[in-house]
Amino acid sequence: MAGILVFVEQRDGEIRRTSLQALSEARRQAAGRGWPVSAVLAGQGVTAKAAGLSAWGATKVFVADDPKLALYAPEGYAAVLTKAVELAAPSAIFFSCTALGRDLAPRAAARLGVGALADVIGLSLDGDRFMARRPVYSGKAMATVSCAGKTPQVISLRPNVFAAEEVGGSAEVVALSGLELGIRAEVKELTKAAGGELDVAEADVIVSGGRGIKGPENFALIRELAAALGAAVGASRAVVDAGWIEHSHQVGQTGKVVSPSLYVACGISGAIQHLAGMSSSKVIVAVNKDPEAPIFKVANYGIVGDLFQVVPPLIEELKKLKA
Amino acid sequence: MKCIVCVTSVPDTASVIKISGDGTHIDETGIKWIISPYDEYALEEALKITEARGGEVTAVTYGPTRAEATLRDCLARGAHQAIHILGGEATLGDSLTIAKVLAAALTGRGYDLILCGYKGVGTDCSQVGQMLAELLGIPHVSNVTKLTVGDGSIEAGRDVEGGQEQVHCPLPALITAQKGLNEPRYAALKGIMAAKKKPVEKIEVASLGINEGADPFFTIHKLELPAAKTAGTIIHGEEDPQAAAAQLVKLLRDEAKAI
Repeated sequence: MAGILVFVEQRDGEIRRTSLQALSEARRQAAGRGWPVSAVLAGQGVTAKAAGLSAWGATKVFVADDPKLALYAPEGYAAVLTKAVELAAPSAIFFSCTALGRDLAPRAAARLGVGALADVIGLSLDGDRFMARRPVYSGKAMATVSCAGKTPQVISLRPNVFAAEEVGGSAEVVALSGLELGIRAEVKELTKAAGGELDVAEADVIVSGGRGIKGPENFALIRELAAALGAAVGASRAVVDAGWIEHSHQVGQTGKVVSPSLYVACGISGAIQHLAGMSSSKVIVAVNKDPEAPIFKVANYGIVGDLFQVVPPLIEELKKLKA
Repeated sequence: MKCIVCVTSVPDTASVIKISGDGTHIDETGIKWIISPYDEYALEEALKITEARGGEVTAVTYGPTRAEATLRDCLARGAHQAIHILGGEATLGDSLTIAKVLAAALTGRGYDLILCGYKGVGTDCSQVGQMLAELLGIPHVSNVTKLTVGDGSIEAGRDVEGGQEQVHCPLPALITAQKGLNEPRYAALKGIMAAKKKPVEKIEVASLGINEGADPFFTIHKLELPAAKTAGTIIHGEEDPQAAAAQLVKLLRDEAKAI
């Protein structure tokens, strides 16, 4: 047997977009080899969503529908995955490299006794072996790596790098039941951030603020620009350490490493640690009053000027464009 | 509470990375090695827990001779003892082998809580902790920014996209520490002096029954620097910020097709 098995994430019973990206990439990679693509889905009341994954290329969907799996449980989800691996005997398992994928993929890989590759941004096949490109040293270097030893190869794909592509089709749904979940670490509750803010790790557009915004109150301006672009709010380490905004917003070597299609840096000079975290973004815009700021070396477009004078008209122009 | 903290040495985050002649490793010339920043949160949390509840902190690392400096740093900050598993150069980035080495070294030692950094700032895999927990047969909580230790269990807050998972987990367990968990202390001079007298147990990796590099789970084929960015378009907005903003939006829409 061969093929690719994709772990599909849900939150509140809704399939997450990043999983559709992983599923689509699995379909593209499998096509050349004539491999089947299957998916595995765990949650509560998710059976109804399973068949719909066929539209994204899955021909078989394994479903574990159990109240104990409504919220993420590393050991329970690993048990579900292990069962699906036993049934599908895939050559590779794809995850999305999200908070859940980062947690589950290595635990499952250790259970299966196989190697795992995290945060992959490019894939190709060499025979049956995946050659993966992934940033290391937070993007200061790029590595080409592969799993060695026995299969399946466990591969986690960075969100928003691989395109989700709807193709249609039909899938067989296989219910997984009677599993020994063995849950010890138990998520009691998922508390959501106020205002349901978009996370920088998942966002396709990010607007970040740095020391140049002068004070925590001025994140209001950054948020306004982010809203005009439908973007998530990011920040430099300096302002996170100063307590102006929570760490979950930090972009950089000790924060999140991101590659959105548009990254707008406002009042960020561009320390090497920050550049490491965002320089793989497709289009980078910098607004800074210092023409010598290192951020301009990686920016596709830069405005040299006072951000407090540049950002408000920028918001107006963007609103005009939308109207 | 017996706490074990797994630490790793990484290039200082301010380092400029260069590729070595073999094309698969970094050039270590001039690199300053530091404790991986996330491991500092793991160590600090272990120190806080044992200060409040009694117990001891053991720092463990798997790395070459130079990695002893990282252990001395942990001892200087307050760890009671350290274990140095010598090796690791042939297994860089091979998370499962690293986890197997650590599991072999820790089996039979007795522990309530194992703490790791959320990732090693370098290979950036974020995998060893979860794999180690699985190999040791204990539960884990990763990406922890909030921790309360009770009798026989922990309550942990784990950061996820757009929120936090509140996790209950029985001990023994493993956590991986994320920024926000605490404010790591620096080593004081007194601690640095005391660290020199604290015990560091040396273990040869072969004595754990592991033949480094013989059965890898991971291969690194190539390491290269990212493509250099070509010079971008700079708009001078000092005089007329309004016009600069309008020009930028036009470029983003018509040229970059980014909006």
